[in-house]
Amino acid sequence: MYDFDFIRPASVEDAVAALATDPEAIAFSGGQTLMPAMKQRLASPSAVVSLTGIAALKGLRDEGGRLWIGAATTHAQVAREAADSYPALASLAGRIGDPSVRARGTIGGSLANNDPSACYPAAVLGSGATVVTDRREIAADDFFEGMFTTALEEGEIVTAVIFPRPARARYEKFRQPASRFPLTAAFVAQFDDGVRVAITGASEGGVFRWTEAERALTGNFAPESLDDIAPPDAEGMISDLHGSGAYRAHLVKVMTRRAVANA
Amino acid sequence: MHKVSMTVNGRPVSGEVEGRTLLVDFLRVNLRLTGTHVGCDTSQCGACTVHMDDQPVKACSVLALDAEGADIATIEGMANADGSLSTIQQAFQDYHGLQCGFCTPGMVMAAAALLRETPRPTEAEVREYLDGNICRCTGYHNIVKAIMAASGQEVVPVAAE
Amino acid sequence: MPKDGGIGSSPKRREDIRFLTGTGRYSDDINLHGQAYAHFVRSDVAHGRILSIGTEAAMAMPGVIRVFTARDFEGAGGIPCGWQITSRDGSVMQEPKHPILAEGKVRHVGDPIAVVVAETLAQARDAGEALEIEIEDLPAVIDMRSALAEDAPLVHEDLSSNLCYDWGFVEENREATDRAIREAAHVTTLELVNNRLVANPMEPRVAVGDYAAHSDESTLYTTSQNPHVIRLLMGAFVLNIPEHKLRVVAPDVGGGFGAKIFHYAEEAFCTFAAKALRRPVKWTSSRSEAFMSDAHGRDHVTRIELALDADNNFTALRTETLANMGAYLSTFAPSIPTWLHGTLMAGNYRTPLVYVNVKAVFTNTVPVDAYRGAGRPEATFQLERVIDKAARELGVDPIALRRQNFITEFPYQTPVAVQYDTGDYHATMDKLLEISDHAGFEDRAADSRARGKLRGFGISHYIEACGIAPSNLVGQLGARAGLYESATVRVNATGGLVVMTGSHSHGQGHETTFAQVISDMIGIDADMVEIVHGDTARTPMGMGTYGSRSIAVGGSAMVRAAEKVIAKAKKIAAHLMEAADSDIELADGRFTVAGTDKSVAWGDVTLAAYVPHNYPLEDIEPGLEETAFYDPANFTFPSGAYGCEVELDPDTGEVTVLGFTAADDFGNVINPMIVEGQVHGGLAQGIGQALMENCAYDENGQLISASYMDYAMPRAADLPMFRVDHSCVTPCTHNPLGVKGCGEAGAIGSPPALVNAVLDALHRGGHRVDHIDMPLTPARVWTAMQG
Repeated sequence: MYDFDFIRPASVEDAVAALATDPEAIAFSGGQTLMPAMKQRLASPSAVVSLTGIAALKGLRDEGGRLWIGAATTHAQVAREAADSYPALASLAGRIGDPSVRARGTIGGSLANNDPSACYPAAVLGSGATVVTDRREIAADDFFEGMFTTALEEGEIVTAVIFPRPARARYEKFRQPASRFPLTAAFVAQFDDGVRVAITGASEGGVFRWTEAERALTGNFAPESLDDIAPPDAEGMISDLHGSGAYRAHLVKVMTRRAVANA
Repeated sequence: MHKVSMTVNGRPVSGEVEGRTLLVDFLRVNLRLTGTHVGCDTSQCGACTVHMDDQPVKACSVLALDAEGADIATIEGMANADGSLSTIQQAFQDYHGLQCGFCTPGMVMAAAALLRETPRPTEAEVREYLDGNICRCTGYHNIVKAIMAASGQEVVPVAAE
Repeated sequence: MPKDGGIGSSPKRREDIRFLTGTGRYSDDINLHGQAYAHFVRSDVAHGRILSIGTEAAMAMPGVIRVFTARDFEGAGGIPCGWQITSRDGSVMQEPKHPILAEGKVRHVGDPIAVVVAETLAQARDAGEALEIEIEDLPAVIDMRSALAEDAPLVHEDLSSNLCYDWGFVEENREATDRAIREAAHVTTLELVNNRLVANPMEPRVAVGDYAAHSDESTLYTTSQNPHVIRLLMGAFVLNIPEHKLRVVAPDVGGGFGAKIFHYAEEAFCTFAAKALRRPVKWTSSRSEAFMSDAHGRDHVTRIELALDADNNFTALRTETLANMGAYLSTFAPSIPTWLHGTLMAGNYRTPLVYVNVKAVFTNTVPVDAYRGAGRPEATFQLERVIDKAARELGVDPIALRRQNFITEFPYQTPVAVQYDTGDYHATMDKLLEISDHAGFEDRAADSRARGKLRGFGISHYIEACGIAPSNLVGQLGARAGLYESATVRVNATGGLVVMTGSHSHGQGHETTFAQVISDMIGIDADMVEIVHGDTARTPMGMGTYGSRSIAVGGSAMVRAAEKVIAKAKKIAAHLMEAADSDIELADGRFTVAGTDKSVAWGDVTLAAYVPHNYPLEDIEPGLEETAFYDPANFTFPSGAYGCEVELDPDTGEVTVLGFTAADDFGNVINPMIVEGQVHGGLAQGIGQALMENCAYDENGQLISASYMDYAMPRAADLPMFRVDHSCVTPCTHNPLGVKGCGEAGAIGSPPALVNAVLDALHRGGHRVDHIDMPLTPARVWTAMQG
């Protein structure tokens, strides 16, 4: 790693101020995906602004029937504490990485990084959640802008995510055997006004909504509803050592089907 | 350089580190606690697993400065007060849950974290929990057995017993 | 029942205490006063000409002590290769120079170009980026077939081609084999790839060089399986340091699996730099660096043909293999696809004619050398796959086809040079079928079908040659070293012993098992026996640990040395009791005059040896210390039957290993617990190869699987509980313990069993797939199912 200054503010305001004064500084919230990149010298921040000391960014609470999760809440805490309020989300959080990653990694860190193979973006997009930042609220549909790209502005910090609670939901993941990140995973959520299906791991464009499946499942939330739907176009799917685009496209359908069956 | 202070195996420690200094380097280099090992640089292998405020973390993926004030436990602090092996350590020896020993400190720390969360895990739970700890020697067979045994569950004894 | 703590029992491992408490001493735990840190700057292209290396800016960076390039090694030799293979036409193999740092050209991603030595590792890395290295890209040769094309770019321009050698074995069998195949009732042909692997011991390699000016002595601490070999190769061939001025220490080593046998540039560099800079120099590999600098394993492409007569007897076997050597010849590399592979092609079968052709090829990839099994997994894989395919083509049971062709009489001279001393292949096959509950398989398969899954069962029956190796034989085959082993047994005055062995433990538990043997021989507590290994200053010249040779060769040397000690001790005891030497018996730590109640304790005799007041000084010298060098008369031949049961998810192509059973014949077993552990580990690596591990390059020679993000290491949840058995015992006939070796078997026998199981599952599901190349990833299996 290149050396950098280290700042651990106690409030969101101080964190935002630190990032505003130094455009080369980065926000750091657990660092479970950033750290390997920094070790490979793919990132060279002048300063790391750690958000792990900000109490206001941690925890879960009910907010008018919706679930509020502080951005610096670890995956482990979500897995434990959302088990009743949003079981599908808790189940997803409890399967991210491994126990050590879950003890450090945070929802805000995951979303801000928007790795195309991360788990949380599928839940956020699949739930139609709202990403709250230090300055505004961003709808999930507007937040993810492609691989490692989000709507976040320079120096903008995710402070919380607010999840509406679906009637039924489920995350099904097919793991890449080496990294254990999703090779392809599907988050399916059934709300009163329709079904959302978000796919991660598969597309070169990062997390996306599989709208054909959403339409079919909104009509009838059952695995058979997907029978007559073709998998998404293999063009634009990630193709690598671990699977072709066609394979990933096929898995999109298989994982979505399983998510519906197990929701 | 920055000053950092934390508690390691019950003892307050402090030192001077760079912003980029990893917790594992602080332990190995500054404190000369070389029981915690480094087996990869992509946060996969878990040889560096320690406990931070009672949770397992990969010490190669935590900045030393981010551990300011934390309570850290390493393999060097795992034995009983009289120096004898703890239940988990003893089970690893009894069931031959280690060969070259390099991943072992991380395995023991992961096992301790698991049994704190789940005192009587199933075999599947043990295997799933070890997802972030790679062993190249044992095929995990005897590690899983050791952890099951350490949790007080019946397991098949090792050969020729 | 074995004696508690003696041969055949399973005492707990003594080395575990330090490993479990964080007090092990691995090379990276060694920090010497005044130590500087080395950072290797490596090629990021597969093939290129070095136009210039600008070091000025790097030298000016904080903490930098010196930057080294090839120019600093003009007086040094290249890294030597330990084997020379002779081609079919009688010419010796092409052997390029392997410099410590790249000279003029880089030949693979990871080839070291320069080294920065600085006060801290971070400073060395920072300065590494300030080096100004200009490289002209050259076209790379990655694929072996392309590398052999007429107009292929040359990896080494001073060689005539990228062909290292073209080996035929046994050349005299060639025509008869060809004829038998032409005239056969049935010929089954299979083309397959034995995938390139990375050994990945969990401890990355480390080298710490030190130099003592007052004595002109160099010391290297290194992660090696064979410190004496490193001392010889590095001292005599690379740095020109005589052995008496060079000490090599391999302390606790965190796994080897072959990758830590070889002499590496970083070892020579740190030894050299420590002397040049007059301060210790340390290098610790990162895992990413390990992927591009540790020797890789396997990487064969093979066409195999099995000929059968009308009664399904095997009549001939012919193979053509391309074996990847990578860019340079690593220490053992040429011997792996030849002598460790061709000689095992008969397998467990009475095939009268076998002909093996191997072309070894240079490519712009990391050097390839021994990895657990080394040549024998490649042989077993081909054979056990082609037999399964033949059985399917002929519509016969693959187990019956194997049994019909099993060798049943021993000793058995194969048509590929080696002679098997003992074995009982029907016994291991019977045991396998019994403990894997083969009889219940169809019910389990029906249960899987009911859940929409496909279940399959696959077997393999392997043979391997261990306990390498008779020196005179390997000398004829092209080895540039002997492959004996050594031991010194030093008895202390008060009766305790120190055994100094040339074998090296990097996980195998020699400190426990070797002590068990001595404890049994003398009848004393194992705690009285200390096993010392891994330090050239403390152990006699020995060849180290690889090829499942420790107990068979190193253990035999120890037994021989202990026998000498006991013989001498008996003379002393005879003197003390005024009896004849030949009447003295040793049991339970006491010497007795046969047929009498006269006895003296072990400790009385050892004390007399060092306090020789009442001692036969006219006949024997004082002291009790003996050394033996044991050179084996033959290889040992462990064998076994392996069975794998898988369930395949047809929706995703995912294969789950539900059960894996190993019935091995290792000859006599010293410590069953440790033997089982060795098999477990071997199985995990073999299953890893078959299911998920793959070292892949793209067409430009970039390493795609360059970290654990893309190189799939088996994890706990990928593997089942194993069923292993070693109760079928046909002792080795030519070593004193009757042992055969167990370290590699698991990795040798398991890949074909797994692949056979997956193909069985596919056929049961109506998918007529003949073969899928390893690893059988979900994507590959699913793709094969699409037809």
